[in-house]
Amino acid sequence: MNKAYGKDILRFFVLIAVQVLILDHINLGGYINPSLYVLFILLLPFEIPGWALLISAFLIGFSVDSFSNSTGLHTAASVFMAFLRPWVIRMAGAPAEYEGNLKPGIADMGFRWFFAYTLMLVFAHQLLLFLFEAFRLNEIGYVLIRVLAGSTFTIILIILAEYLFMQKRK
Amino acid sequence: MRHILAFIWKHNFFFLFLLLEVVSIVLIANKSFYQRSVLSNATDRVTGGIFTTWSGITSYFSLKQENQRLAEENARLHQILTREQLTADTLTYKITDTAYNQQYIYTTANVISNSTNRRDNYIMLNKGRRHGIERDMAVINPQGVVGTVVSVSENFSWVMSLLNKHTKISARIDRLNQMGTVVWEGGNPATGTLLDIPAHVKVNKGDTIATSGYSHIFPEGIMMGTVEEIEVETGDHFYTIHFRFSADLNSLRQVYIVKNLFNSEQLELRKNIINE
Repeated sequence: MNKAYGKDILRFFVLIAVQVLILDHINLGGYINPSLYVLFILLLPFEIPGWALLISAFLIGFSVDSFSNSTGLHTAASVFMAFLRPWVIRMAGAPAEYEGNLKPGIADMGFRWFFAYTLMLVFAHQLLLFLFEAFRLNEIGYVLIRVLAGSTFTIILIILAEYLFMQKRK
Repeated sequence: MRHILAFIWKHNFFFLFLLLEVVSIVLIANKSFYQRSVLSNATDRVTGGIFTTWSGITSYFSLKQENQRLAEENARLHQILTREQLTADTLTYKITDTAYNQQYIYTTANVISNSTNRRDNYIMLNKGRRHGIERDMAVINPQGVVGTVVSVSENFSWVMSLLNKHTKISARIDRLNQMGTVVWEGGNPATGTLLDIPAHVKVNKGDTIATSGYSHIFPEGIMMGTVEEIEVETGDHFYTIHFRFSADLNSLRQVYIVKNLFNSEQLELRKNIINE
């Protein structure tokens, strides 16, 4: 049990570092700022209790916010995403039995399942993030472009990272 | 009461979500309150420490550019100095006590974190309250305006970059002496927008835009950019001018923080007018 969460804790710090030291500073045309760190929320184990899921999401969102002076933005988007997670897992088809320690990653659930799961959650995260960021409705076109660009690049990065660090089940 | 508690406990996932989401939204809405809080000071210490180490590593990659920029500025300052020397025996120069009249103090600072890809971009500098930095000081670099200090902790400060939806800087077109307001409409980090220039004057492509000196934050005549595209909507009396920022906001390393010594006096004066 503890060992299982050890990996998640490590992932928490690594993803924050990659996000705030590298991704937040790359600039592709000014629109694209992928939020790779949400991979942490995606990969938390299936059996994690609801409160722990929400608190973890709150903590990683708050950390990313602290590094970019964007008080509350990523926190709100991450908590919202964590809230939707159990529902999206049910939609995408939960594994029949959690025994065997299945993880919501490509290795255990397959590419199609993971893609659908990631698509829905990342889109929800980006939508809330950029809506709150603009905080005004006259920029709706700008917001939509950012949501689409952000979601696309985030999903690409997440899938790349999944394949790079995938461990085959023995 | 027991029933209510049982109800909340049964739906604890939803209520915890509600609580955390409300906390986040309160943080977004009360940003300036949060920035003055103890918690914000603590997080700044952690993030500032990490950014300092990290920029210590990455700053080597831009040393060449930075040297070039400083050399150019040196050359420019040299020019001004020699001009001063030639006119040193004129009457006006003698009676000007520069020490007494000094309005602005410049402090150098290193950029330890910067972003250009958000709607609201902020820059973190390695100078804070301990170095005399306060809110509402101007931040410039040799090429032009960079932003305004919005939050200060003991050793670090956050600067609102020009690339921010709250940016509103009084500027003028040098050649015409026409006043306008600089804002950033998002998207391209290399261009900004100048509003409120009356449509009856003739603006040319390539005209330079500089700070007007009408604000109590920015000194007069700090370069902001050059005009690229001029639009006027039918029936509108003002231009929407898109211009290229003179400062490359994506490659900042060294900046100056500008303290206006008469800031409080100017604010006081303005307050008097508003009160009357």
